[in-house]
Amino acid sequence: MALDSKVPEGPIKDKWTEYKNHINLVNPANKRNIDIIVVGTGLAGGSAAATLAELGYNVKAFAYQDSPRRAHSIAAQGGINAAKNYMGDGDSNYRLFYDTVKGGDYRSREANVHRLAEVSGNIIDQCVAQGVPFARDYGGLLDNRSFGGVLVSRTFYAKGQTGQQLLLGCYSAMNRQIARGKIEMFNRHEMLDVVKVNGKARGIIARNLITGEIERHSAHAVVIATGGYGNVYFLSTNAMGSNATAAWKIHKKGAYFANPCFTQIHPTCIPRSGDYQSKLTLMSESLRNDGRIWVPAKLEDAKAIQQGKLKPTDIAEADRDYYLERRYPAFGNLVPRDVASRAAKERCDAGYGVNATGEAVYLDFASAFVRYGTEQAKIHGIKNPSDAEIKKLGQGIIESKYGNLFQMYEKIIAENPYETPMMIYPATHYTMGGIWVDYNLMTTVEGLYCIGEANFSDHGANRLGASALMQGLADGYFVLPYTIGDYLSDDIRTGKIPTDTPEFEEAEKEVKDKIDFFINNKGTKTVDHFHKRLGKVMWDKVGMSRNEKDLTAAMAEIKEIREEFWKDVMVPGSANEMNVELEKAGRVADFLELGELFAKDALVRRESCGGHFREESVELDGEQKGEAKRDDVNFAFVSAWEYKGEPADAVLHKEELEFKDIELKQRSYK
Amino acid sequence: MNLTLKIWRQKDSNAKGQMVDYKVNDISEHMSFLEMMDVLNEQLVNSGEEPVAFDHDCREGICGMCSLYINGEAHGPDRGITTCQLHMRMFKDGDTITIEPWRAAAFPVIKDLIVDRMAFERIQQAGGYISVNTSGNTQDANSLPISKHAADEAMDAAACIGCGACVASCKNSSAMLFVGAKVSQYALLPQGQVEAADRVMNMVAQMDLEGFGNCTNTGACEVECPKGITLENIARMNREFVKANVKGN
Ligand SMILES: Cc1cc2nc3c(=O)[nH]c(=O)nc-3n(C[C@H](O)[C@H](O)[C@H](O)COP(=O)(O)OP(=O)(O)OC[C@H]3O[C@@H](n4cnc5c(N)ncnc54)[C@H](O)[C@@H]3O)c2cc1C
Ligand code: SF4
Ligand code: FES
Repeated sequence: MALDSKVPEGPIKDKWTEYKNHINLVNPANKRNIDIIVVGTGLAGGSAAATLAELGYNVKAFAYQDSPRRAHSIAAQGGINAAKNYMGDGDSNYRLFYDTVKGGDYRSREANVHRLAEVSGNIIDQCVAQGVPFARDYGGLLDNRSFGGVLVSRTFYAKGQTGQQLLLGCYSAMNRQIARGKIEMFNRHEMLDVVKVNGKARGIIARNLITGEIERHSAHAVVIATGGYGNVYFLSTNAMGSNATAAWKIHKKGAYFANPCFTQIHPTCIPRSGDYQSKLTLMSESLRNDGRIWVPAKLEDAKAIQQGKLKPTDIAEADRDYYLERRYPAFGNLVPRDVASRAAKERCDAGYGVNATGEAVYLDFASAFVRYGTEQAKIHGIKNPSDAEIKKLGQGIIESKYGNLFQMYEKIIAENPYETPMMIYPATHYTMGGIWVDYNLMTTVEGLYCIGEANFSDHGANRLGASALMQGLADGYFVLPYTIGDYLSDDIRTGKIPTDTPEFEEAEKEVKDKIDFFINNKGTKTVDHFHKRLGKVMWDKVGMSRNEKDLTAAMAEIKEIREEFWKDVMVPGSANEMNVELEKAGRVADFLELGELFAKDALVRRESCGGHFREESVELDGEQKGEAKRDDVNFAFVSAWEYKGEPADAVLHKEELEFKDIELKQRSYK
Repeated sequence: MNLTLKIWRQKDSNAKGQMVDYKVNDISEHMSFLEMMDVLNEQLVNSGEEPVAFDHDCREGICGMCSLYINGEAHGPDRGITTCQLHMRMFKDGDTITIEPWRAAAFPVIKDLIVDRMAFERIQQAGGYISVNTSGNTQDANSLPISKHAADEAMDAAACIGCGACVASCKNSSAMLFVGAKVSQYALLPQGQVEAADRVMNMVAQMDLEGFGNCTNTGACEVECPKGITLENIARMNREFVKANVKGN
């Protein structure tokens, strides 16, 4: 099948408006006869479910947690971008569009990103109307902060809990519709397959996680909003339950999987402490507004710190290497994530790491305390303040901005970050890759949509901070409700989709067989055993820096682990009850396939771009020596993989990317 | 460190539960409490037993999924944190730790340490929203200035994660702190004024219907709340309630 992105004709700034003017609409009376399934209730699924229900469709929404409010969007800390230009610092829709395309290292689809920028302002209006308590200045207007990779302040935030507040906004909009009966909410339910009838997505098979019952649900269209697949690395900043199952299952039923190797390794996470580690915790990127990143300049100092013989505060200013400021003077500590992560790895690989494992760098707020403290002393008219007074005043400001993050850090590491710098290290955080969708957000299966982090669309090879929340809400509140209506206008006479058909029968049987297999396998190793092994291969060989030899080896190793998994996995308990190990087994089975495709995709992409760094593709000389080298001649495409059985047999389809409105440039943050 | 765990095991909502003893060894003080539980579960699965079911997801104190009653305290001995943020450095070698689910009539046990918190959902559905359409045709966000003070206070109330620790630690199993937090968030913001009276009446009515107890001002909820939701929110809800009754009926 040839890929058709269905991007409308016309100048980029008019495409979306023109599109909306010409689509088919469904009249309100007919919407009542149309059912839509939304799997996932994060920012993407939650906003979609609420809006579709409000428009009059009958929505069935699914989440594996016990409430829509607990989707992992809740954990987003730093903020959400919007081109409001409230700061008057030269922002505009075009600039947001430009920054996002550039930040994504020119591997995203221009038209989608422009649309995203166009609706970004509406998101903020919408959220404020819902009562989202964004941070404000003393004049009562909305406050903004900066994020990495851009030169304007366009990030709206609610303390360090922006995702929580935005999701609770969605959740409240959903509750309003649940109360009206327009959304039927299925908590503690996991989608285990999609059902296709005559080539169209017409329903899902889901497991009730409390009773173990396998259920059939039908609809006229199915929306997948199940988040990212970062847990393929075992350790990530994702929630324990975050998974790729829904996305992978639809891939197996015909939805192409795009750019699986584009994964974001976030530079500021709390380093791991031991083998028992179950997840990694993010320290928001917003901290890079005020924190400075450094390691000791001298190797002997680094060694002494690793052995616990020196403390960071013992290192004199002149003996510190603020390596981001040194290497990238224009952006300094605010370079994009991929650049900051690789720079940290480079220093640690060279032996300059600052904890016992040698895998950590400092994030230091000392100079911010002084900067803010001095300002506060002026504001409060304190004459000749002492250093201690200044520090205290400055700490107060930092606390008001990031208090919850500092507290989170202290609880995990048992060190007070107001007194000693934080230790941070990169960790898997976000997946730019995902299910391929066209301009309508429809996958390669008719009537099957994919939104939010689960799709591939807007972030290219690297996502800029604060743009995932924007994308999730844009998709759900403002894009999908139009595009899906255009599709459903053909379905007004279809009537209810029956579930007692061979298609549902067959899909249900497949799901049940797999569950029975796990229960009866009686192997000798736990699910986590395999997940951890997969994670190690992914981190070591398909992590921040990749090469042909390791990627080839990774593919073989993952396949081996997968085969062993199917022979030897052990799942206690039974199918007809709440069974946490069984849930995990199904998810890890899918990760074990996705991981191999991920490595294959990384192998095929013989260029460095965004989060994907190929050691074979670096600049050899000039100012950019050693930096990633993109190859626009050969690789300016989206790789969309078609499932053919074994992951290694997947077939590559290319969506060539055209840049009509932005000139392709080397990304320089120097 | 080596520990003895006394854990509530219950097959399903109909079964009779009981406390069961387990031993775990070589626990590092840097582990989180739930990582210690992972060690126990790995041990159980390896010996062919069913692992202990407990709720958790984000493991960073924000989703509100985790919910353990540890040594008689909701979210355990530390303050201002959830169970998933509790670390083993709070315990010492040789300790015996008692682990139970939230205990409240409105939160029936589903399995082992997992409880059903749907009552909270229904309370939110009764009025925990502002009736604005998600159409994108709202007014510009900055056309309605809100004082920084009000916005910050609303944010503090909105920080509730819906975990249920307040109910679990209250001798009356009252949900006033949880409901008060939501009512307060909207009461403090101009957007919430239009429906204020209906909201508080409906949410309180649903709360009573769910079988949560009355508030007798013991303040245990505030102590155990991981997000620092203060009793001020209950007072504010009471004021809203009185106001609504005067105005309404
Ligand atoms: C710690 C952290 C901090 C972040 N901070 C920021 C930030 O400051 N700014 C920013 O822009 N982005 C941030 N991000 C990224 C952003 O939060 C996510 O990309 C975004 O929230 C994803 O939203 P979503 O709706 O696509 O998916 P999610 O919120 O992950 O929701 C997934 C939903 O799918 C459901 N689900 C999954 N699988 C199944 C299944 N098989 N069956 C049924 N239901 C299923 C889940 O129950 C859940 O409801 C952060 C991410 C993390 C992890
Ligand atoms: S008020 Fe506190 S204890 Fe109660 S549900 Fe909210 S966060 Fe949990
Ligand atoms: S697991 Fe999310 S708050 Fe504890």
